[in-house]
Amino acid sequence: MNRLSRRIRGLDPALLQLVALTVVIFGAMAVLNPQKFLRPYVFESITYVAPELGLLSIAMMLAMLTGGIDLSVIGIANLSGIVAGLFFHAYGGAHGPGLMHMGVGPVLAGIGMALGVGLVAGAINGLLVSRARITPILATIGSGQIFTGIALVLTGGPAIVGFPAAWGAIGNGRLFGVAAPLLVFLAVAALVMVLLTRTSFGIALKLIGTNMRAATFAGLRTSRTVFFSYMLSGVLASIAGIILSGRTNAAKSDYGVSYLLEAVLIAVLGGTNPAGGRGSVPGIILALLALMLLSSGLQLMRFSNFLVDFIWGAFLLLSIALNALRTRR
Amino acid sequence: MSATIATPARTGTLRLLLRRPEMAVALLALVSMVVIGLINPAFWDAANLFSLLRANVITGILALGVMIVMLSGGIDVSFPAFAIAAMYLTIKAMIALPYDGVLLPFIAATAIGLTLGLVNAMFVHGLRMIPLIVTLGTGTAVRGFLLGAVSPSQINIDQMPPALIAFGRTQILHVSQAGGQPAGLSAMVLVYLALAFGVHMMLRYTLIGRSIYALGGGEEAARRAGFSVRGTTFFIYGLAGALAGFAGLLHGSMIWIANPHDMVGMEIDVIAAVVLGGVSIFGGRGSVVGTMLGVFTLVMLTNSLIIMHIDTTWQRIVVGLVVIVAAGATSWRDRRRGA
Repeated sequence: MNRLSRRIRGLDPALLQLVALTVVIFGAMAVLNPQKFLRPYVFESITYVAPELGLLSIAMMLAMLTGGIDLSVIGIANLSGIVAGLFFHAYGGAHGPGLMHMGVGPVLAGIGMALGVGLVAGAINGLLVSRARITPILATIGSGQIFTGIALVLTGGPAIVGFPAAWGAIGNGRLFGVAAPLLVFLAVAALVMVLLTRTSFGIALKLIGTNMRAATFAGLRTSRTVFFSYMLSGVLASIAGIILSGRTNAAKSDYGVSYLLEAVLIAVLGGTNPAGGRGSVPGIILALLALMLLSSGLQLMRFSNFLVDFIWGAFLLLSIALNALRTRR
Repeated sequence: MSATIATPARTGTLRLLLRRPEMAVALLALVSMVVIGLINPAFWDAANLFSLLRANVITGILALGVMIVMLSGGIDVSFPAFAIAAMYLTIKAMIALPYDGVLLPFIAATAIGLTLGLVNAMFVHGLRMIPLIVTLGTGTAVRGFLLGAVSPSQINIDQMPPALIAFGRTQILHVSQAGGQPAGLSAMVLVYLALAFGVHMMLRYTLIGRSIYALGGGEEAARRAGFSVRGTTFFIYGLAGALAGFAGLLHGSMIWIANPHDMVGMEIDVIAAVVLGGVSIFGGRGSVVGTMLGVFTLVMLTNSLIIMHIDTTWQRIVVGLVVIVAAGATSWRDRRRGA
């Protein structure tokens, strides 16, 4: 018992604060709206919707660890889905049965293409930030416009509808009774967590974010590490794009625009320091859970989506204020 | 700082371009005009030129605000939401009262923008938070509040206050084109020029102007030099907000519609224009003339796609390339100077 309490006290106070926040939000929603909120359906739908946002948030956190930011994640996610969709339509015909029942081979090829888009896009961001030394804000605002623009030129505007069944299973299916996207998310989150805490790459990322100069003098290859972090963030964004297009069976150049603020919010709320150096996967998962409970609770209470946006924005400012007050003491 | 003027004795072309980024943008603008005009001579029609100038007004006023924020080393993505909120709330109030006039509404819209800008300053200075994150939060909150708590529906021309529409319609110059079509230049261009002149004078000749550049050069250095970091921060974000509020109502009066969904994503175009104008995101470097040239060039490039026979779906790519090339050039320039 003693050991347990010491363990709890040893935890990061930011994480404890998040656990408390999650419990409070859950409690508030359960009290305000028990018959609607406390149903398995509500929690099940969260396991399908949360993963894509969670992946974008982890991507955002990775960029923030070095003191950067990745404003192009939504563009990368949409472009990945669109490139895969165009490939499927070219390979199986736009509306034929060949599209629906496409074999595993072409679907794997589609996944490879989507991930490839994320890798190339992330590498472009990495080059712009680490080689051309453009500030991450401007580099990713610009590249995000280009990725979205390419998506727009490729599709001409409207959504690409119709993906193979196997592709849809990534976003809609179940495995062992659990939502498939959740499994993908947990697997990726575990990998990133190991990468950040157990490898020299992860340590280097945080050191660079804490003090770029010191890291350079300590002999770390800073620009190469920054480059890889943007590449990784691009790949995570493309996985989010695969899940998003799988879940909705469509891909469009301007899907999920509001995800950008939400990804930043979850990263910041999850204890990531946007100036660099601090951030963790468990923090992201807790913040994601808290905000998913909040927004599905509000939607059940028939709050308009616009008001939910207002609350997300206010939450971001509130979490900034709380973080500032905590670190000041 | 752009205020340094190249001494004539040492002006190699490259050196001149490096010293005066305005020259580089002006050159780019000129070359683009010639190229666009060669592709399609319709570019030189008075109607087209007048509509280009008209399109500069709103983007330009917003860019003045963003430029001031960037000179201090910050960034602002909340201003489109502030502009639309100020415009929509003011017009709603005018209809509800009912009141029909011009001066008072513009004061009200500017005040709404100013107040929201001061909220930004409070977070940026008081809580020492990165401007991008703060303005992302305030922008989303204001837009969400406007659409969720006020109204998501637009006010059409038949409900708009007539005096406001009449004001937005004012023209200063009339030309009859070769085809017999008359073309008029919007008087709002003068409003834009007056504001730009005011900001230019403020940056050049006032203490607060100097302290904005000083803040961009480094907060600690500015503090030690005796500038008030707090006062300057509040001035910067307050002025950016006020300009946004003013531009918002002007936008409403020029397009005769008050749409709360308007200007979504416009922050990127404005930031692109400011960066193209040679303003460094690290602060301390940039000028009103450069910004105005940047706005002119970006507006011309994106508005002339159809004239150049290019599908408008390419617009995002053009804006993205402009941001990256301009930011890359600025960063290259800054590093050369720093070395």
